[in-house]
Amino acid sequence: MSERQMMKGSVALAEGAVAAGCRYYFGYPITPQNDIPEYLSVRLAEVDGVFIQAESEIASINMLLGAAAAGARAMTSSSGPGISLMQEGLSYMAGSELPGLAVNITRIGPGLGGIAPSQGDYFQATRGGGHGDYHVIVLAPNSVQEMYDLTIKAFELADKYRNPALILADAILGQMKEPVLLHDAPQRVPGKEWALKGAPVGLPTKRIKSLYLKDDEMEKHNWHLFRKYSQMREEDTMVEADLDEGMEVLLVSFGSCSRMVQSAVRMARDRGLKVGYIRPISLFPFPGDALREASEKAGKVLTVEMNTGQMWDDVRLNLAPGCSARLLARPGGGIPTPGQILEEAEKMIKAGDEVAKSIC
Amino acid sequence: MYYDVILSGFGGQGILLIGDLLAHAAMLEGLHVTWMPSYGVEMRGGAANCTVVISSEKIGSPITDEPCGLIAMSNPSLLKFQGKVKKEGLMVVNTSLVDSQLIERGDLGTVPLPANEIAYQEVGEHKMANIVMLGAFLAGSGVVSMEKVEETVDSFFEGGKRKNIPLMVKALRRGFQHQKEGMEHAG
Repeated sequence: MSERQMMKGSVALAEGAVAAGCRYYFGYPITPQNDIPEYLSVRLAEVDGVFIQAESEIASINMLLGAAAAGARAMTSSSGPGISLMQEGLSYMAGSELPGLAVNITRIGPGLGGIAPSQGDYFQATRGGGHGDYHVIVLAPNSVQEMYDLTIKAFELADKYRNPALILADAILGQMKEPVLLHDAPQRVPGKEWALKGAPVGLPTKRIKSLYLKDDEMEKHNWHLFRKYSQMREEDTMVEADLDEGMEVLLVSFGSCSRMVQSAVRMARDRGLKVGYIRPISLFPFPGDALREASEKAGKVLTVEMNTGQMWDDVRLNLAPGCSARLLARPGGGIPTPGQILEEAEKMIKAGDEVAKSIC
Repeated sequence: MYYDVILSGFGGQGILLIGDLLAHAAMLEGLHVTWMPSYGVEMRGGAANCTVVISSEKIGSPITDEPCGLIAMSNPSLLKFQGKVKKEGLMVVNTSLVDSQLIERGDLGTVPLPANEIAYQEVGEHKMANIVMLGAFLAGSGVVSMEKVEETVDSFFEGGKRKNIPLMVKALRRGFQHQKEGMEHAG
């Protein structure tokens, strides 16, 4: 497995799941993520796994909950509307502290929207998405290689924290082919002494639940979950940064959009402009500290997103004091071109601080 | 080194396949490469296209507004993309199906390439028109070597499809030769 091979993002993600030891898939079809179940319906059979096309997304997420409760590495995948239907189950999984992977190859929304690439599900992914006081771990790949690598990582983090994880990608990443290096992933599956596997008579009863009715019980539970999220911030924040000595503007983006930004950065540097680039890979936990440090050096920050401005909120929460910030936003299937990004970056470099503080 | 190309035509013409072969060959050359298809409500007879980006450096955007090259196998695809091709870029047009009068980019010195006739009369298999186009593109762009594409063709197909490999190689070489001769003729 040491040779590069051309692979679709969705297929690389599915291979990553198999490499991570995932043997259970439950899902319901929706464009543009159907390549994942199509591939796994064949692939899982080869490794004695279980593939179930469920009757709905709600059934899928609850099958995932059940498999996770029994201690298995398991996953589901869908696109925006289907992920919305799964939110109740994800909330129950977070409350019950069950690890598992959900993949969102997004569509445009709201509603049935469209199937073009979009980053409109950032809020849904990073704010928990369902009811209650919780978060899921959110990883955002920007290449086919990362579709593979981060899927393995997502399973590891889900098990480490006993918390659901989500891969947030779009059709660019799902449909694109790039060379990928598959590797024999070390399967770091921790012992799951809490899993419900059927206890022999005489052993204490185990229980997995998200209902806590006694006085103070739920408050304690919420603080326990909160401490896990704090630990995630401390230990498992992921970020890619390509900073430039004396940079005059810092570009921030995630996922597929960051590929356009990378092209813009190259164009800018060819013109002699001092431009830095930072990409949150974990969207929750958000790499606030790395952003704060980088923004302090740059002074000016341009956020580029394929929505009307969602990560933009997290960026502004984490800027160094006194930074100017601008947003280049393209919702509804619009893709910011490298030329457009370069133009905005140049505008920002030329503008005085006062002008640059305005928000587009 | 950087090269991006849009490959376009009708669904069913094998557009995505020749993009795939090109991308795969670029990988064998040790280059960075992306292959991005149009996707969604596609069907046989509808529009189909894909973008291949090849570079010696890490690739940012896998899509392009201003491609170095265009392969057009149908009238609608020529009309949609010819205006975007870079100045002094390359356009390979299947003149068996595309009305030559629709070619507006005089600056590109496009070689007329009746790919369906070449496939049928010279290769002996009309289904190889897409491979003829790819061969012509290789001659025009020089972006990957014929050798690597032939190596790709040999490793790409399994089972019954392997019987077509000699015809594919022939189609690649015929397309290559037509383009080369056409370019020499044009000076």
